[in-house]
Amino acid sequence: MVSLRVNGQEHALDVDPETPLLYALRDELGLNGAKYGCGLGQCGACTVMVDGQAVFSCVVPVLLAQGREVTTLEGLGTPEAPGPTQRAFIKEQAAQCGYCIPGMIMRAEALLRRAPHPSDAEIREHMHPNLCRCGTHARILRAIRRAAETREAPRTAFAEGGR
Amino acid sequence: MIIAAGIAALAGVGFTALAWEPSIDAVPPPVPGAFAPDLVRRGSELAAIGNCVTCHTAPAGRPYAGGLGMETPFGTVYATNITPDPETGIGHWSERAFGRSMRRGVDREGRHLYPAFPYDHFTKVTDEDNRALYAFLMTREPVRATAPANELVFPLNVRPLLAGWKLLFLREGPGDAADHGTYLVDGLSHCGSCHTPRNLLGAERRGHDLAGGVADGWAAYAINAASPAPRPWDAESLFFYLRNGWSASHGIARGPMAPVTANLGAAPEGDVRAIAAEIARRMGRRDTAPNPGPDPAAADTRPATADSQSVPPPSGGDPTGRAIYAAACANCHEAGRPLPYGGMHLAGSTAPRAPDPRNIVRVVLDGLPAAEGERAPVMPGFRGVLSDAQMVALLRYLREAFGQAPPWPDVEGTVREVSAAPPQAAYPTDAVRSGPSDPSQRGVSW
Repeated sequence: MVSLRVNGQEHALDVDPETPLLYALRDELGLNGAKYGCGLGQCGACTVMVDGQAVFSCVVPVLLAQGREVTTLEGLGTPEAPGPTQRAFIKEQAAQCGYCIPGMIMRAEALLRRAPHPSDAEIREHMHPNLCRCGTHARILRAIRRAAETREAPRTAFAEGGR
Repeated sequence: MIIAAGIAALAGVGFTALAWEPSIDAVPPPVPGAFAPDLVRRGSELAAIGNCVTCHTAPAGRPYAGGLGMETPFGTVYATNITPDPETGIGHWSERAFGRSMRRGVDREGRHLYPAFPYDHFTKVTDEDNRALYAFLMTREPVRATAPANELVFPLNVRPLLAGWKLLFLREGPGDAADHGTYLVDGLSHCGSCHTPRNLLGAERRGHDLAGGVADGWAAYAINAASPAPRPWDAESLFFYLRNGWSASHGIARGPMAPVTANLGAAPEGDVRAIAAEIARRMGRRDTAPNPGPDPAAADTRPATADSQSVPPPSGGDPTGRAIYAAACANCHEAGRPLPYGGMHLAGSTAPRAPDPRNIVRVVLDGLPAAEGERAPVMPGFRGVLSDAQMVALLRYLREAFGQAPPWPDVEGTVREVSAAPPQAAYPTDAVRSGPSDPSQRGVSW
């Protein structure tokens, strides 16, 4: 048994300790925001936050996520009440096919929680690990700038949103 | 008292005379057409062998325009602009002024240069090679860029004192070019700048050539007879490694060695073979260490099938570390898939046997970035995933299971220090800095 705390809720999962966090989130908890892209920690589609830092959930075994606070896309808001970063991505229509966007949002969220007013250079450097093959980078950058301008102090209510 | 003052005054006069270097007259910037194309081409090859672009380019900056800060125990020294820009670069330098900077570490105006510029090695470069390097640099695109002022503690910010350093440590060349490998290794390639330990005055320790040093927070392993590699290197494996940035049976170049191999990938084969042969000679014949694990270069590598992805890791060692290794590392590093795409089996890696674990910490934290457009190893970083305590447990396991050596002293301190340091440019923006590289893939159209 592995215990995981995801978006503020405790879960006890019957999985091997080496199970990738991504599989636990999607297959066991039904949190399908994080996507399987390359499975090698090279594309960023699976990005979630662990203790506030953006990580590749496809290469993080659940063993290492135990006792930490995991936040997924679902933890930032709901379709009815999206969080500020999600709202900014919607407003800028940053998604084309959309597959990379949950990872992009989570990596951006980790930056904005640490540095609420990042420079363009900081945003580019921070977002470097995440790939978008449609080429919507310009809109993604605009969305992150908009999120920085519009977001309020992080609201813990979102962290309890669940799936 | 008077005599003492007199001696002091004389010593002062003597030192001033020693420290004084004349300015060499400014020349009009040479026009690119003034140099023979063959000379410029040889200069480009020599610049690759000398790894010039790596230090003389700031992150995301223009090539050779300087500005990279080099951390030293004495403060930060910024690399200068060596493009032919007349105002901020070396546009007004004559060939004689360039040759003097290489031979004696003095700029055109006669100021002593800090030995972060490795003139203790470059002094050995022949006039002929300096002529080619000069031709190459003077035909680069001039870039207007002024490096930040050095941040050094007093009295090290007083340049004339460097004359004393040179008196103690600079053995002026040119070197003997009879053996091309010796000439390159000790001279232009300046391997010892990173791979030789330094004394309290920042000079390479005599009698400890290539015995292992540090570079930019990375351990530069011993590449003499004390090499900790579990499988002995030979000229052929070194040649492949220096050209490609990895060796299937030894490991990969990372940190400051990655751009070195990226540069050597573009250097002429004959020069790289000479360097490899010389390093192999310095390493000498060693007994093979026990149980270096399966040699992935051997023919019987296991196929990369799905079920080979879950091989149980070696038993024993720190149980927490073993569990972390089994969960996070083994599915690549035990899969039997050879480099460059598979994870190196760590029994063949130098890192677990090295005297210092900091390179493992850096690679685990920040991973190995993909080299743009080239066939090269990649690894995801685990920063934010492993706590310091988990990293310590992992290192203890790796040391026992693969290093087969006594525990590293103060692993906790090393982990604390490295994880607190800012991430290194894990995703470099400049292709030359991003090595490792596969030169055979250059020029292949996609």
